[in-house]
Amino acid sequence: MTIENKINKVSLKVKDLSVYYGAFKALEEISMDIEENQVTALIGPSGCGKSTLLRCFNRMNDLFPNTKIEGQIIYDDIDIYSQAIDPVLIRSKIGMVFQKPNPFPKSIYDNVAFGLKINGFVGNYDEEVERALIQSALWEEVKDRLNDNAFSLSGGQQQRLCMARALAIRPDVILLDEPTSALDPIATVKIEDLINVLKKDYTIIIVTHNMQQAARVSDKTAFLLSGENRCGKLIEMDATEKIFTTPFKKETEDYITGRFS
Amino acid sequence: MIKDDKNLKVRRSHRLRVKIEGKVIGFLVGSAAFITILVTISIVWNLAQQSLGFFSEISIIEFFSSTRWSPILIPREFGIAPLVAGTFLVMIISSFVAVPIGLAVAIFLAEYAPNNIRKILRPMLEVLAGIPTIVYGYFALTFVTPLLKLVFDDMIIFNALSAGLVMGIMIIPFVSSLTEDALISVPNSLRQASYALGATKFETSIKIVVPAALSGIVAAFILGLSRAIGETMLVTIAAGATPNLTFNPIESIQTMTAYIVQLALGEAAHGSVEYQSIYAVGILLFIITFAMNTLGHWVVRRWRNVY
Repeated sequence: MTIENKINKVSLKVKDLSVYYGAFKALEEISMDIEENQVTALIGPSGCGKSTLLRCFNRMNDLFPNTKIEGQIIYDDIDIYSQAIDPVLIRSKIGMVFQKPNPFPKSIYDNVAFGLKINGFVGNYDEEVERALIQSALWEEVKDRLNDNAFSLSGGQQQRLCMARALAIRPDVILLDEPTSALDPIATVKIEDLINVLKKDYTIIIVTHNMQQAARVSDKTAFLLSGENRCGKLIEMDATEKIFTTPFKKETEDYITGRFS
Repeated sequence: MIKDDKNLKVRRSHRLRVKIEGKVIGFLVGSAAFITILVTISIVWNLAQQSLGFFSEISIIEFFSSTRWSPILIPREFGIAPLVAGTFLVMIISSFVAVPIGLAVAIFLAEYAPNNIRKILRPMLEVLAGIPTIVYGYFALTFVTPLLKLVFDDMIIFNALSAGLVMGIMIIPFVSSLTEDALISVPNSLRQASYALGATKFETSIKIVVPAALSGIVAAFILGLSRAIGETMLVTIAAGATPNLTFNPIESIQTMTAYIVQLALGEAAHGSVEYQSIYAVGILLFIITFAMNTLGHWVVRRWRNVY
């Protein structure tokens, strides 16, 4: 059985990317293409470096001292790790949602407006906040209480607020770091539905522990695995359907079928 | 069968020992706690009793409404306002130094400083906190005042400005370490969320971390200023001994604490009104600092964000 790969425009091109935390090599020579308006899932056992890889896309690893990056990530024809690039600019184009909902201790409105403010947006804030909240399917639930503290929301709502916060500044790419691992099943379904809608407008990369989730939401899946030296490598990357039915590599098959985790 | 078990016998004696130890230690720590409470109560009792003697001679209305404090020189008058004004004047001046610098130092230490610099700077601040207050007093009088005199010609040698500025320096470590604790307790996930939206370090510090830690920061300021009110040696040496209802910082004033020192060292007869007046001033001082400390702790509890 062969599954035809659709040809999509490449949004992010990873070339021979290696990541070191001090002397420890966390990722080795990763190369992959992230396609536009597709959902790419990064799967693999704990400690395989999938979250590290995700944080490379918006240079969040820069925040950890002693991190060293080799190789390139090409975005918009530019290597985001080249000297001339300000990571702050990258992060306004490549948004991120974290594992645990982390709204700011501010009002719902101010949470969404924060990104606009610091990026110097001039225009109608109300409109933009509303748009982002509609996009994250939260508007109906919060439209009458925009000035309430974000902590008054439930966990699932908080996570959708974090999505709205990331969407407000109109990024091209959204990075999701296990976005539903702290949520209950109903809230998880809502986030997954949202991902399906959002991929029309955004390129999405999602790290997930949950293989059913990867199968449900993603178009492409990359499987990472760490070797004996605990250094993560990309085992294979393909259309999700193919990875979950007829993977090329034996390691992938073992992982998918739950022979180890 | 159980009685024959040798191990159990050992255990029993051991158990008895543990039981006695527990009782003795419990008694010791309990009485230590009790003694501190007892001391506090007896201080308040002593203050209250002596000041009752004072207020039986001087009406409480005069105490709070008169604007002249002249406990020895005739005509005698006991209006607390000049001493309170002097105390608060020094406190306000010190806050202009301690609040911004303390906050800046804390932000630097918590958000900016690399580990090695933090390791050097923190002990240095602790040294600052460990300098005896009398040293600060002479520093104000013999170093800062002459400097200030270059700017303010008509400044009096003993003045509120110099004492207040040096007091501000003195409480910087206190304010900064409490503020730093508040900043550090802000979870990293908030900083990361902010960076992920394209915020710079400065924006993250000022717009996310500081507001998130605001209750702790405000409490740090209040507790720091409450220290400024209670501080004695510095103001006794540098701020003067002239009860003066003024908010002019280059004039000589007297704070509540400095008055207590002055009179306690003088020759006021035991039981006289002027002698008892130090207790009246003392109890007011106690009430003010107690209220500020309570306010500080209340702010932390009331406005704290739970993450």
